[in-house]
Amino acid sequence: MPGGDPEGMVQLLTPAGERVEHPDYDVALEPEELLGLYRDLVLVRRVDTEANALQRQGELGLWAGLLGQEAAQVGSGRALRPQDHAFPTYREHGVAWCRGVDPLGILEIFRGTSHGGWDPVAHRLHPYTLVIAAQLLPAVGCAMGVQRDGAVGTGDPGRDTAVIGYLGDGATSQGEASEALQWAAVFNAPVVIFCQNNQWAISEPVSVQARVPLHRRADGVGVPGVLVDGNDVLACLAVTRAALDRARSGGGPTFVEAYTYRMGAHTTSDDPTRYRSAAEVDVWRAKDPIDRFRRYLESEGLLDEDFTTALEAEAEQLAEHLRAGVRELPEPAPLAMFDHAYAEPHEQVEEEREEFAAYLASFDAAPSGGDPHQQPATVAGRTR
Amino acid sequence: MPNLPLAKAINAGLRTAMERDPKVLLMGEDIGRLGGVFRVTEGLQKDFGEARVLDTPLAEAGIVGTAIGLALRGYRPVCEIQFNGFVYPAFNQIVTQLAKLRARSQGRLELPVVLRIPFGGGIGSVEHHSESPEALFAHVSGLRVVTPATSADAYWMIQQAIASPDPVVFFEPERRYWDKGQVETDATLADVAPLHRARVVRRGEHVTVAAYGPTVRLALEAAEAAAEDGTQLEVVDLRTISPLDVGTVAESVRRTGRLVVVHEAPTFGGVGGELAARITERCFYSLEAPVLRVGGFHLPYPAARVEEHYLPGVDRVLDAVDRSLAA
Ligand SMILES: Cc1ncc(C[n+]2csc(CCOP(=O)(O)OP(=O)(O)O)c2C)c(N)n1
Ligand SMILES: [Mg+2]
Repeated sequence: MPGGDPEGMVQLLTPAGERVEHPDYDVALEPEELLGLYRDLVLVRRVDTEANALQRQGELGLWAGLLGQEAAQVGSGRALRPQDHAFPTYREHGVAWCRGVDPLGILEIFRGTSHGGWDPVAHRLHPYTLVIAAQLLPAVGCAMGVQRDGAVGTGDPGRDTAVIGYLGDGATSQGEASEALQWAAVFNAPVVIFCQNNQWAISEPVSVQARVPLHRRADGVGVPGVLVDGNDVLACLAVTRAALDRARSGGGPTFVEAYTYRMGAHTTSDDPTRYRSAAEVDVWRAKDPIDRFRRYLESEGLLDEDFTTALEAEAEQLAEHLRAGVRELPEPAPLAMFDHAYAEPHEQVEEEREEFAAYLASFDAAPSGGDPHQQPATVAGRTR
Repeated sequence: MPNLPLAKAINAGLRTAMERDPKVLLMGEDIGRLGGVFRVTEGLQKDFGEARVLDTPLAEAGIVGTAIGLALRGYRPVCEIQFNGFVYPAFNQIVTQLAKLRARSQGRLELPVVLRIPFGGGIGSVEHHSESPEALFAHVSGLRVVTPATSADAYWMIQQAIASPDPVVFFEPERRYWDKGQVETDATLADVAPLHRARVVRRGEHVTVAAYGPTVRLALEAAEAAAEDGTQLEVVDLRTISPLDVGTVAESVRRTGRLVVVHEAPTFGGVGGELAARITERCFYSLEAPVLRVGGFHLPYPAARVEEHYLPGVDRVLDAVDRSLAA
């Protein structure tokens, strides 16, 4: 199955970059909008390239790449309106980009300076969720809140709101994924559950998770499932837009399966050569989401040299921003970890904070001074 | 006597158990073809087949729930939970079914299920990969909870856990997976230390330091450092968290008069508190100082760049030793 296109997949651009029609889905975009999508694709791929390099250089502890999934993320991310809410996994760097998050905020997670470097309220992008499928019921609950606020079906495009929850193919096996679909259906929640089927869950192929195409899993609970070419940014935009519009207008939830491929390793800790063939990767390389879109834009005569040169320069600038910025990310202060566990003081936490502060301060007072962890010496130097 | 990293020792223990008993099955995410993210099950699917080493769908409730059913049919499933923070989807099955079916059935149902959970920090990882949730499981009657600190214990304890008629939660210290140690593979299960006994791993007269899993090596490092100053620490590797071998610790504390308990889990509501209470009950008149605990704070596990401050290090252990001696 890997490589062959599944039946019934919505496609607006063939891998060769040819624009094709679909009876149910279409997008009509101005040239600037098309170029905007191309810019997004190129820049988020650059974020990925740069982050991988930074991980190799030891600046990041880990990186979960998005290579190959740019179209699924940018297509769905650009279908969102400012008032919508997105609930990502740990791989939605392209969606974060569309929500206006500085990629440095993502790098904080993978450098280990924080669990998430953006304001989820301001960006309406929930913190990355590492526990697979755990973000989905909260996404549905958020949509139920939208519904109760009367922000559905008013016909006001600035008011009607939808929620999108992301998951991977592997995560569909979690009970909570099924519960999320079920709840969305029962409450007719204004939510889109967007599954990037990148064919692999670490070493497990999607056949370990399901015996029917993933989009059909939603049918059983009464949520329409749509299969879209996840490497086709126009199709992803069209399908997600339609699903979000349906949600915003009060039509209820949709499950989208974006059929794509994880071109790189699961994370930088993973070695995919242990479980999949180079031939399979080659098949998918021929369907690269950026190549195909570029071919289309070229055939339309939209990509001129000025634009591509400027975009290259912008990508270079972005890369430099990440390289310089990551090294300047502030190291978290040891005592800061006590700050946000509770809204109001908790007696034991406060006691532990004070004790730990006194403990740290005791080293400053010691004859040798300095950070206790920089030296093998024992505490004996300060107390005895 | 091979010299094995702790992860390879568990691998060897699993292999021996599978060879001995055809009812032993392994279940988990990425454990087959990949051999697990820590390679603990490497090569086992190749040698024992897909019917005995199952790459499961990504659903921990599914893994533990079906393991219970398999156990009801006479199998001995060993489930791998990929990382500590990912066990919670299975928590319902663990707490309400796995732990309680024996009592619910008046002993008629036997659930010889092992849950292997990598735990502890210090590997610079992202959220949910470095936590120490053992107290949550120790609090549940019906579960046994153990953790090896060395390759030799890893090799034997995993086999003992599999042989146990009760469900066993087997916590594996992540940052010690690569630590090497001699493993006496020629002994028999009956020869080696029982699963639920603590072990004195260093003799000393001044302060007893009780640790388990990843903090045993830490306690030994602290003992080395303290010895330079003339303080002799007695280090007890608890090995078993439920049941707790209070007797071995009490015997030590009666000689030293002082106890410091070290674990990575938050001290609030933790295993150290349980041990402190029981030692106080048993050894009140031998104690020269209050039992002290060194552990994580009552906080979500922090980002990797501050974990060294969250985790007990040699300095914090020695600080507690000093406070104990000063009392
Ligand atoms: C509840 C839970 N179990 C296990 C894991 C470990 N884990 C992290 S990512 C992953 C694979 C997820 O695959 P998929 O849902 O297809 O998403 P992808 O990584 O391919 O984007 C696993 C098993 C986890 N994060 N959460
Ligand atoms: Mg996947």
